[in-house]
Amino acid sequence: MNFPEQKGVHELEAKANLLRRHVIRMIHAAGSGHPGGSLSAADIVTALFFKVMDHSPENVDSVDRDHFILSKGHAAPIYYAALAECGYFPVDELVTLRKLHSRLQGHPSRVKTKGVEMSTGSLGQGLSAANGLALALRMKGLDRRVYCLCGDGEMAEGQIWEAAMFASHYHLDNVICIVDRNGLQIDGRTEDVMSLEPLGDKWQAFGWNVLYMNGNDIGQVLDTLKAAKAHRGSPTVIVAKTVKGKGVSFMENNVGFHGKAPNDKEFEQAMKELGGSV
Amino acid sequence: MTWAVESQRKNYGKALVELGRTRKDIVVLDADLSGSTRTVEFAKAYPERFFNCGIAEQNMMGTAAGLALGGMTVFASTFAVFATGRAYDQVRQSIAYPDLNVKIVASHAGITVGMDGASHQTMEDIALMNAIPNMTVIVPADGPQTYRAVLAVAERPGPAYIRMGRSDVPVITSDKDEFVVGKASVMVDGSDIALVGTGQMVVPCLEAAEMLKQKGISARVINLSTIKPLDTATLIKAARECGAVVTAEEHNIVSGVGTLVAAALAESYPVPMQRVGMQDIFGQSGESDELMKEYGMGTKDVAAAAIKVMERKK
Repeated sequence: MNFPEQKGVHELEAKANLLRRHVIRMIHAAGSGHPGGSLSAADIVTALFFKVMDHSPENVDSVDRDHFILSKGHAAPIYYAALAECGYFPVDELVTLRKLHSRLQGHPSRVKTKGVEMSTGSLGQGLSAANGLALALRMKGLDRRVYCLCGDGEMAEGQIWEAAMFASHYHLDNVICIVDRNGLQIDGRTEDVMSLEPLGDKWQAFGWNVLYMNGNDIGQVLDTLKAAKAHRGSPTVIVAKTVKGKGVSFMENNVGFHGKAPNDKEFEQAMKELGGSV
Repeated sequence: MTWAVESQRKNYGKALVELGRTRKDIVVLDADLSGSTRTVEFAKAYPERFFNCGIAEQNMMGTAAGLALGGMTVFASTFAVFATGRAYDQVRQSIAYPDLNVKIVASHAGITVGMDGASHQTMEDIALMNAIPNMTVIVPADGPQTYRAVLAVAERPGPAYIRMGRSDVPVITSDKDEFVVGKASVMVDGSDIALVGTGQMVVPCLEAAEMLKQKGISARVINLSTIKPLDTATLIKAARECGAVVTAEEHNIVSGVGTLVAAALAESYPVPMQRVGMQDIFGQSGESDELMKEYGMGTKDVAAAAIKVMERKK
C-alpha cells in the first residue's frame, strides 16, 4: 500500500490547521474565494488525504488508486492545500489561486491541476461522476473506493437524488459520499432556504447505508470512514456535522464568510487564531 | 430519384455491437429509451457493459463522465432533445470542460420525430453542442454513414455529439466511403450554386440539384456531416467556384448550420447565401414528410432558395 503519510490523530489535527492556514492565505491573496466551506471540510479532507486514501503524485494517472471528487467545488482551496502538502505541486504555488495563468482555478479543473480528478463547480454533479468511476473500478476488478465530498446546500439539486438512486440500484458499495453538513448556504441556514431534514432518513430511503459523525473531530472522522470502507452491499453516505468557518472565530457559523475573502486585519487575526504567523 | 431506405438508429446499434466485440473499454448508457435508440442491441450482446440509468438524463451524463475517468470509452444515448437540453449543463461541466471520452449519440432529432410534437422536436441541439469547446459535432446523412461515424468517433479521444433522426432515411452513401471527422463530401459536382445539406437534408439537396439541372443550372451538392470541426476549405472552395450557397438543415436557422457556414464564408469568401431550415418557430404534430413541407424544408424549398439566391450573384 502506498499511503503518503501515516499519522496519528494529533498530527492530523496539526495538519488540518496547517491546511486551514493555507486556505486563509490563499483566499486573502486572491481577494476572493470561499473560506467557510473550506474550513468546515478541513478535517475530513485531512483525514482522507493524509490517512485514509491510498494515493500519491506518482500514481496520479492510474485508475488503480483511491479516488476523490469534490462535488462542492467552491471548497477548492482546501483541496488544493491538501494536494500541495501531498506533493502534487509546490506549496508556494497555492497563493496563485484564482490568478490569471494559474493552475489553481476558482473551482477545480482536472485539465489544469495535477491531482484534481474531476472538474466541478456546478453543484450537484460530483456524485454522478463518482458513481461512474466506481462502476469502472468494479468492471476492472479493482477494490478501490471513490470518496465524494458534497455540500449540504447542493442536496437541493435534483441530480443528487438521481445519482443516489443509481448508486443504490447498482449496489455501488465502493462509493462513499460525505455530506459536509455545516448548515449554511449563501442565502442563509439550509433549513430556512430549503429544508433538508431529515437528511439521513432521505438517504436511507434511497437505499444507502447512512452514518453520522462530527466532521470536525478527526478521531471520529477516521473511525467513521473505517466503518464506511468496511460496509458492503450498498453505497455509504456519511452525514458529517460540521461548523462552517471552523477554526476562525469570526468566520464560524457566519454565512457572510461563505464566499468572501478576509481583509488584511481579518487575515492577521485568522492566522493568529490558527496558530500561524502572517 | 429512388433509394433504398435504412434506419440510422439500427446502424448505431450495429456499430456498438461491432465496437463492443473488439474493444472491452466500450460502455453504453441509456435513459429508458434503449429500444428506440437501439442501444438495446449492445445491451443484449454485452449486458455487463450496459447500464440503464432510468429517466434521469442529467445523472446519465455525469455517470458517463465518471466511467470515462475510469478509463472507459462511453456512449450515452437518449432522444436529442433530452441529451442536449435537459442535460446541457452536465454535458458542459462534467463532459466537455474536463475533456472526457464520452460520445453522446442522440436519436429522434429534428422535426421528423413527427407525431410527438414540438416538445420532442429539438431544433436547437446542434447550436447547443456546437457552442461548447472541446465538443465534436457530427450529423450523419444516412444509416451507413451513421455506422461509420460511430466507429470513427470511438477512435478519437474526447467528447463528441452524433445526431440521428427517427425515420428511415434514403441510403445515399456507400459502404466504401471513408468517414473522416471534419471532412465534408462533395456528392454532386456543379458550378452555378452550392447546396450544402446536413443530415436528412442532404436528400432534398440531391433532389433539388436534379430539378435545377432541368432548368440548366449546375448545382454542387455537399454533404456537411461534421459540423465541428467545420470543413471550411471545402465550403470556401464551393463559394469561390459556385458564387452562391444554399444551406439546408433540419434545425433552427438561428444559430444553426447555415449560420456557421455564413460566418465561415464571411471571414474568408463571402457570397450570397440562403438558409433553409426551421424559421425560429416551434413545430407541431404530424407526419414527418408533411412537417418538412409545412415548415419549408422540402426539395422544392431548396430549389426555390437556390433560384432566389442566384439572382443575387454578381
